[in-house]
Amino acid sequence: MPYTLTVSPDFTPDHLSGWYIFNTWLQKTTGEAIHLEIFNSFLAQHEAIQDDEIDLIFANPFDAAMLVREKGFLPLVMAQGRSDEAVIAVSSDSPIIDVTELLPGCRVAVTEDPDVRLMGMIMLEPADLATDNVQTHVCDSYVLVAKQLLRGDADVGIFLAEAYDGLSNIIKKQLKMLVRSQIDVIHHALMVGPRLVDRRDELRNTLLAMNNDEKGQDILKNLRFDAWNSVEDADMEFMIDLMDTLNT
Amino acid sequence: MIYDMKPEQVIGDYKEVRLDLFGGISRVCLYTEIETPYPDGKLIVSTTDNSGVITHVNKSFVEMSGYTEDELLNAPHSILRHPDMPPAAFKDLWDTISAGKKWQGYVKNLRKDGGYYWVKATVIPNVRNGVVVGYTSVRRKPSRSKVEACIKLYPTLF
Repeated sequence: MPYTLTVSPDFTPDHLSGWYIFNTWLQKTTGEAIHLEIFNSFLAQHEAIQDDEIDLIFANPFDAAMLVREKGFLPLVMAQGRSDEAVIAVSSDSPIIDVTELLPGCRVAVTEDPDVRLMGMIMLEPADLATDNVQTHVCDSYVLVAKQLLRGDADVGIFLAEAYDGLSNIIKKQLKMLVRSQIDVIHHALMVGPRLVDRRDELRNTLLAMNNDEKGQDILKNLRFDAWNSVEDADMEFMIDLMDTLNT
Repeated sequence: MIYDMKPEQVIGDYKEVRLDLFGGISRVCLYTEIETPYPDGKLIVSTTDNSGVITHVNKSFVEMSGYTEDELLNAPHSILRHPDMPPAAFKDLWDTISAGKKWQGYVKNLRKDGGYYWVKATVIPNVRNGVVVGYTSVRRKPSRSKVEACIKLYPTLF
C-alpha cells in the first residue's frame, strides 16, 4: 500500500506542480510508492488526518499541535527562510490609513487558512476587533479576498503575505497595505506520520542534502525556496506553544 | 542577574523607587513618563525556566526592552517590572501558570532607559512529557481602550 503525502490547502494551484515534481523525486530517492493527495479544503484534509490516511504532510503551523499530540507525527524539515506572515489591507479608495480606525461591525474578508486568519485577527486587536464583533467573509482564495475589497464588499482583508505579494500589479495598485506581520517564528513544516516514523532520520538527511546537486536544486526552485532546514522536536514544541499563546 | 538601574542609563526626568520582586529580589527602579509605542505586526517572545529566569528572547524583545540579548538571558523576567504594575497582577499570573493554566493580561513594562511600553501578554506553561519545564510568554499590541481601562484600574489594586 503506497504512502500518502499531502500539502496544506493554503497553497495556490501554481505551487502544486512543484509538489508533484517533488513527490516524483521523493519516490525515486526513497524507493517507496508515495501518492500525492491534494485536498481542496482544510476540512477534507482534517478528515483524512483523522482517518489516519496521511503519512507525510507539509503542515500548516495551526495543525502542528494536533498532528504531534493526537496523531503521533514528528517534524522533519522546514523551508529555509520562509516564515508565515500576514498582511492587513484595504482598498486604495478607503479612508482608513491605520488599523485602529477600523470599527466594530466592519466586514473582514479572509480565507479558511487558519494560521493567517489567526495572525490577521491579532493585528486587528488594537482596534478592539475580534471574531465576535466583525462580519467575516470567507473566500476560497486570496485573489477573491482582494476582489471583495475592490468591489467594496469588504472593508478590510487578511492575506498570507506571500499571496499578497503574488497578486498582479493591477490588483495591488488598487489596494493599500496597513500592516505586515514580522513574526519570523511561525512556519510550515514537513512532518512524518507513524507508519514512516522509523525512517525519519533517513528522510531528513535525504531532504537536507537535496540542495547539494543540480537536480535537487531545480526541484526546490519549483517549490520556491532554496533548501530545507532541519526542525527538531524542541523547535516544533516551541512553535506549538507559541500557537497556543496566540490562539486566545 | 538583575542590577539596580543607573541614572546614566535613563533618558529624561525620572522617579526612583525600590521594588520587591518575585523570588526575594529587590531592585532600585528609575522610571520616566516616556512611552515607546508597540510596533504594528510584531510579537515579543520569550521563554523562562520554572523560576522565571529568561532562557530565550526574540529580536522584538531586545528592541522594545532596550536591553541586549546577553543582558536579558539568565536575568529574571521581572527585569521588566514597572512600579505602576500592581503586585496582585503578578501574583495572579504565577498562581494561574503554576496551576498549569494559560494567563492573559495587559502589562506596563519598564525599559532599560526608564521608559515604558504596554503589551497584551499571554503566558503558558511548557509541558514536556507531562512535566512543566518552563514558560512561554508572547506579547502583542494591545488596544488603546484596554490600556486606558488598565491605567484607571491598576492604581486601585495597590
